[in-house]
Amino acid sequence: MNAMVDALWLIPALPLLAAGMGALTPRRGRRFAAGVAIAAMAGALVLSCLALRSALAAPSAHLFHNFRWFDLGNGVVELGWLLDPLSALMCVMVSLVGLLIFIFSLGYMEADENFARFFCFMSLFAAAMLGVVVANSLLLLFISWELVGLASYLLIGFWFHKPEAAAAAKKAFITTRIGDIGFLLGLVWLYDATGSLLLYDGGSGVLEAGVLGNLGTLTLASGLAVSTAISLLIFCGAAGKSGQFPLHVWLPDAMEGPTPVSALIHAATMVAAGVFLIARVFPLVSYDQVLTADPVHALTVVAFIGAITALLGAAIAVAQSDLKRVLAFSTISQLGYMMLALGVGSWVAAIFHLLTHAFFKALLFLAAGSVIHAAHHEQDIRRLGGLGRQMRTTYATFAVGMMALAGVPFLFSGFWSKEAILHAASEWGVSRLPLYAGLAAVVLTAFYMTRLLCEVFWGSPRSPEAAQAHENRGVITVPLVILAIGSVALGFLGTPAWPWLQSKLTGEAVPPHSLLEGGGLMMLSIVLVATGIGAGWALYGRRVRASADAADPFAAAAPGLFSFLGARMKLDELYAATLGRMNTFGAAFSDFLDRWVWGGAVGFLALLGEFTGSVNTEVDESGLNAGFNSFSERIRRLGRAYSGAQSGEAQGYLRTVAIAFVVLALLVLLGGSR
Amino acid sequence: MSHLQLCLAFSSVLFAVGLTGALARSNSILVLLGLELMLTAAIMNFIAFWRFGPSHAPATGVIFAVFAIAVAAAETAVGLALVISVYRHQRNIRLPEANRLRG
Repeated sequence: MNAMVDALWLIPALPLLAAGMGALTPRRGRRFAAGVAIAAMAGALVLSCLALRSALAAPSAHLFHNFRWFDLGNGVVELGWLLDPLSALMCVMVSLVGLLIFIFSLGYMEADENFARFFCFMSLFAAAMLGVVVANSLLLLFISWELVGLASYLLIGFWFHKPEAAAAAKKAFITTRIGDIGFLLGLVWLYDATGSLLLYDGGSGVLEAGVLGNLGTLTLASGLAVSTAISLLIFCGAAGKSGQFPLHVWLPDAMEGPTPVSALIHAATMVAAGVFLIARVFPLVSYDQVLTADPVHALTVVAFIGAITALLGAAIAVAQSDLKRVLAFSTISQLGYMMLALGVGSWVAAIFHLLTHAFFKALLFLAAGSVIHAAHHEQDIRRLGGLGRQMRTTYATFAVGMMALAGVPFLFSGFWSKEAILHAASEWGVSRLPLYAGLAAVVLTAFYMTRLLCEVFWGSPRSPEAAQAHENRGVITVPLVILAIGSVALGFLGTPAWPWLQSKLTGEAVPPHSLLEGGGLMMLSIVLVATGIGAGWALYGRRVRASADAADPFAAAAPGLFSFLGARMKLDELYAATLGRMNTFGAAFSDFLDRWVWGGAVGFLALLGEFTGSVNTEVDESGLNAGFNSFSERIRRLGRAYSGAQSGEAQGYLRTVAIAFVVLALLVLLGGSR
Repeated sequence: MSHLQLCLAFSSVLFAVGLTGALARSNSILVLLGLELMLTAAIMNFIAFWRFGPSHAPATGVIFAVFAIAVAAAETAVGLALVISVYRHQRNIRLPEANRLRG
């Protein structure tokens, strides 16, 4: 048991090692780099499963291993890792989904000349995420968190010769960085207030009752509790990584990376980190619930941001025409659901949805990758079509993923996890609005997924690329099948009738209750899913579009709304017009200050100097020069001789310094021996 | 060899590698890399003497190292800015060609 805790660091270390070895592999070492990466992920998966087994044996315990990193004055900086059902489950999910995506990449990236580099970055990405998951110190978590950001930058910009990819990588990095500043401030504040960044530390960790009790006594001048402020700052970081409403703009652009990267970002690693973070520090962010004097609770903000994101992402997804972009906006929407669940206090439902979503979203992205690979990188759904006949395995697995995401009742995992979230939202005492937003997003989700399925797989091919597409090899389809099985089976771990996951995560027995309890809500959401799928079928499935140029039925019905949603509600333009322009204005203002105010002052001083100089010259020329001239001439000649030593080559100087240093050192050494 | 000697030997090797890089490469970014390696070797020495030396005052070695790393970061920023401006002047970053300051 304890041996497992001590070995927990190996889970992120193995992929990290693989990344290091991949970095040293030359470009032609394709097999070696991929083999090492996949072997490391498989090793991490085995270790994760062992860790899960020992965590499930004692679900309420938080086993940790802390060690001192360094001390600064009286402060001690400690790091550590943590084994409990949450981290173990996340480890298994990340390494399993990661492994399948790695295997898929073998087929998908086979033609890329930078194959070895790709696996190096992918391993780094997985290692960073596993580091986030096992960290028992917010500092270690933050370090891994930033590594996730770095790896996402490298992978989104993997095809950096495309300007859009380079821009998307920059956008992702900078946008998440804005959130990370909040996170870092929160950490510093937390360390200042509690003197520790360890999560669990035998009574003195920041998630344990004693420290939280002390933190609860602190309030700001405005009446806001310090714990609320810290929680909101930490939520900034989570919102950036998880693509929540004001900071979601990077996620759709991240589609410029290779498709396996999108799958990894959207399913297992990057966007899951934010939700995981809030679930991990849930005792801290929910602590202000007991402080009745607090003007606003952190979780209320989380719930509303989540509700807005869920609705907004689903609405925009309706009008996208890029296969991967529809899925990207659906990820935003599903992350909104998870944040909503966290906000209404049910972090277990959020993690449940996170796990099921990881499987079906990885499935959807990989199936989309399979389509894109077969159709020679055609990913505009208007130019696809009719692929259901040519690509049967991809079609079947995509349909499973689509039904899981849409929440088709009973058989598919997405239904159960979404149901858990809606149920939690309906019991929230503060407001009903998040519930309504969630229900509205259910309809939209079912609608746009039906649209996607009909456009891509039904009808007849609408472009030469789609016409000659055929099913991919087993290395691509087998991961799809495994993920499809997971997308179905995982749902049964957390049904209301058998709440295994809930009781293991919380460490308390959750009594099973019959499906009839809260059955009204379930009936309502089944009706809503049916409405969404029915509307999608009526608009897109009954008469599949005939050619790539044919108008979208929805666009024909409401052109203004469709183009508004298609342009992503103009949010990017809004940011460019406000924040971007503010930045440009600031730069122009600084330029003005530099050029005219400071430049003017310096110019004035220069004029003054010039004037005194000219007075000086007069005095010099007429009075003092006579005797000096011949002497000066000799000095000048000497100077010219010496100036030959100044060759202008920086390395020459450095060489001289190095030789002189060696000579000095020899003198000292020899002198010492005498 | 004791731990201290091992550390010092390692940092000497690091320093030598850095010096060779700084002297032998003509690409100015690689020269900068060499300089960084030499700095790192010096920082290694701080840490080694603090850790294995007689005095274990908690902060001395680490504080030195942290400051030196901060200075190194600033230095790199300046160095890269210089590389960019050199590139703008001569359309490449070969250091031997950047000799306009010769006497």
